[in-house]
Amino acid sequence: MTTANGTDSTTRTGSGTSRDTTAPVLAARDLRVWYGSERGPVAAVDGVTFDVRPGETLGLVGESGCGKSTLGRGVLGLLPPGAAVDGEVRFAGKNLVDLSARQLQQLRGPELGLIFQEPMTRLNPLMRVSEHFEEALRTHNGDLTKDEIRTRALDALRGMGIPASRYESFPHEFSGGMRQRIMIALALVLRPAFVVADEPTTALDVLVEAQIIQILADLRRNFDTALVLITHNLGIVAEACDRVAVMYAGHIVEQGDAREVFANPQHPYTQALMRSTISLSTTGLHYIPGSPPDLAHPPAGCRFHPRCPKAMKVCAQEAPPEVLLPNGTRNTCWLPVPDMTTADGRRPLEVEEISVADEA
Amino acid sequence: MSMKSGSLGRYIAMRVALAIPMIFVLLTLVFVMLRVAPGDPISASSGGAKMSQEKIDELRAAAGYDRPLIVQYGDYLADVVRFDFGTSVSTNQQVSDVILEKGGATVTLATGGLVFALLLGIPVGLLAGRFRDSAFDVFARLFGIITYAAPVFVVGLLAQQLFATKLGWFPLEGETDPLIANDIPATTHILILDAIWVNDWEVVWNVLWHLILPAATLGLLIVGVFIRMVRVNLIQTLRGDYVEAARARGIRERDVVVKHGFRNALVPVITVIGLQVALLLGGSVLTEKTFNWPGLGKQLIEFLNSRDYVAVQGLVTFIALVVVVISMLIDIINALIDPRVRY
Ligand SMILES: Nc1ncnc2c1ncn2[C@@H]1O[C@H](COP(=O)(O)OP(=O)(O)OP(=O)(O)O)[C@@H](O)[C@H]1O
Ligand code: SF4
Ligand SMILES: [Mg+2]
Repeated sequence: MTTANGTDSTTRTGSGTSRDTTAPVLAARDLRVWYGSERGPVAAVDGVTFDVRPGETLGLVGESGCGKSTLGRGVLGLLPPGAAVDGEVRFAGKNLVDLSARQLQQLRGPELGLIFQEPMTRLNPLMRVSEHFEEALRTHNGDLTKDEIRTRALDALRGMGIPASRYESFPHEFSGGMRQRIMIALALVLRPAFVVADEPTTALDVLVEAQIIQILADLRRNFDTALVLITHNLGIVAEACDRVAVMYAGHIVEQGDAREVFANPQHPYTQALMRSTISLSTTGLHYIPGSPPDLAHPPAGCRFHPRCPKAMKVCAQEAPPEVLLPNGTRNTCWLPVPDMTTADGRRPLEVEEISVADEA
Repeated sequence: MSMKSGSLGRYIAMRVALAIPMIFVLLTLVFVMLRVAPGDPISASSGGAKMSQEKIDELRAAAGYDRPLIVQYGDYLADVVRFDFGTSVSTNQQVSDVILEKGGATVTLATGGLVFALLLGIPVGLLAGRFRDSAFDVFARLFGIITYAAPVFVVGLLAQQLFATKLGWFPLEGETDPLIANDIPATTHILILDAIWVNDWEVVWNVLWHLILPAATLGLLIVGVFIRMVRVNLIQTLRGDYVEAARARGIRERDVVVKHGFRNALVPVITVIGLQVALLLGGSVLTEKTFNWPGLGKQLIEFLNSRDYVAVQGLVTFIALVVVVISMLIDIINALIDPRVRY
């Protein structure tokens, strides 16, 4: 198992709480990703900071289009040609953002893994399962013999509940759930230290979902793998994640211990997101009014202010700072820092002011 | 390949069974178009020439054209099942003998055209797709459109003018130099193979040398289809989910492009070859005429000119059968290569 070293220096003031003693495997600082579009640059990830430690699972949640996948791919350098990245992603003493395409390619697989949402189309239809494993293992571990490759691949597959008898099968001979387990085995056979799972169960049914989540939970226990789990399902986060980061319009607005954030959401967006989740106890169906902003032209100030029920005058004018709250969570909002705002700034934001601020 | 032979066998059986109604429909079309439309072949073959009504009636009765059409249709089908394609009115030859004698040259030309189109179309299409929107890509697309739109005889005449008459690099016409191949025994009836069979390499090279211009002319007719299809396939494949997944596993970019991109982009080429067979055979009729290539196409035009509709019907029937059988073979080859086809 490769663990990152030399990352201690990057844990700067205030990042992480005192309880987290192990050094992070991967530490993102002010990470930014833009896509070029006809409407101008789209800042899909706009200054994001987080750490992931060995064996830790960080849940990444937020509405569709807030930049979760972009964040996951940006970390691995898997962005489309029109995209630009800036900031810092510390991993094993290197800044991934500065690496060449070739260096990133060599890290992907043995160090950094990615599991995708749609397992049905992620395996090459013309290649047997065995050929996928042979290709991956041979690329990163040139001196493995054919027998060693077979042994390692079958071990990984067995761990995912795929019997050795299916090793020579073609992808179309498997169900969606089995294909996702093959994809996970394929990502894990090289024992990466850091894995992004981008909605790994969204395309699967509930029973298979529970199975996959269990597999991912075992994984970090057994191999100390650091996992970023992107999901729409807050239930999965509560169940499977140690920490959670809530994204809104390219920012992480709240992050911290998963139980703490769920029990006691501090950010108005987190509160709204939790309320909008259907549960057996909810009577009405809550939703967050309005829609997420256009990331090519995000609103000034706090990006959530046009939809925030607690928005104040200052929210429309200035972006809020990120602060570490007493409960150990990090929060990007004006509410917990009244001493940084004026009395006038704390006046509730009127609807007319919203539209004026939007046009400004 | 160690695939489940059961499902493959079932697929082949199904595909062969499917060919039978296709053949039936095609034969019916040929019969209706050639027999019903122009009256009957005997009076047609007499053309403007003076022939007494008795003489015509006598010939018609001998050939069975005085019977009801439905009976003739039944006879026609029964003959085809026995591979009897009739007897030429103009040369008195069995059409099946004509096919045996001239078919080899057409097979040679069509194969040459196909090989030329593949050898040019696949690399050009792959490069154009890999370096999308580059100057090369724009040129390749333009080239494909122009060659597809240009009439065969224009391309053929230009090629003859430039490379045969002016530069003298290639012979103007024919399959060989005169007399050179007379003593090659007809084993396969494909001259170049027969020459290889008896180790007469002079004839082999002579045929190849004669083949280049007509094969290129015919190949240019279909190369645009290959360029365009390979290019689009590669672009789509390289954007595909499993290509991205391969990159996420850190597979080298060269392997991603070649092993996941090229290979998958080329699978549909086999299907397209099947679809191009009809165009290839149609184009070879014109190419054979232009280059005086002694094949079925040239023979067909000669039969048409002498209004020998019995022979024309026989040849067209045979060509239709060939198209059906080849498209069936292509589907089976496809199933061997791409395991998904069988399900
Ligand atoms: N290739 C691209 N080119 C231009 N814009 C893009 C591209 N991919 C994503 N975007 C934009 O970037 C923003 C973030 O997209 P992203 O896919 O990261 O969101 P997400 O949070 O993963 O959403 P979802 O939950 O639907 O998967 C969106 O506004 C999207 O329109
Ligand atoms: S900064 Fe203002 S608008 Fe933004 S979430 Fe906090 S209260 Fe709402
Ligand atoms: Mg996404």
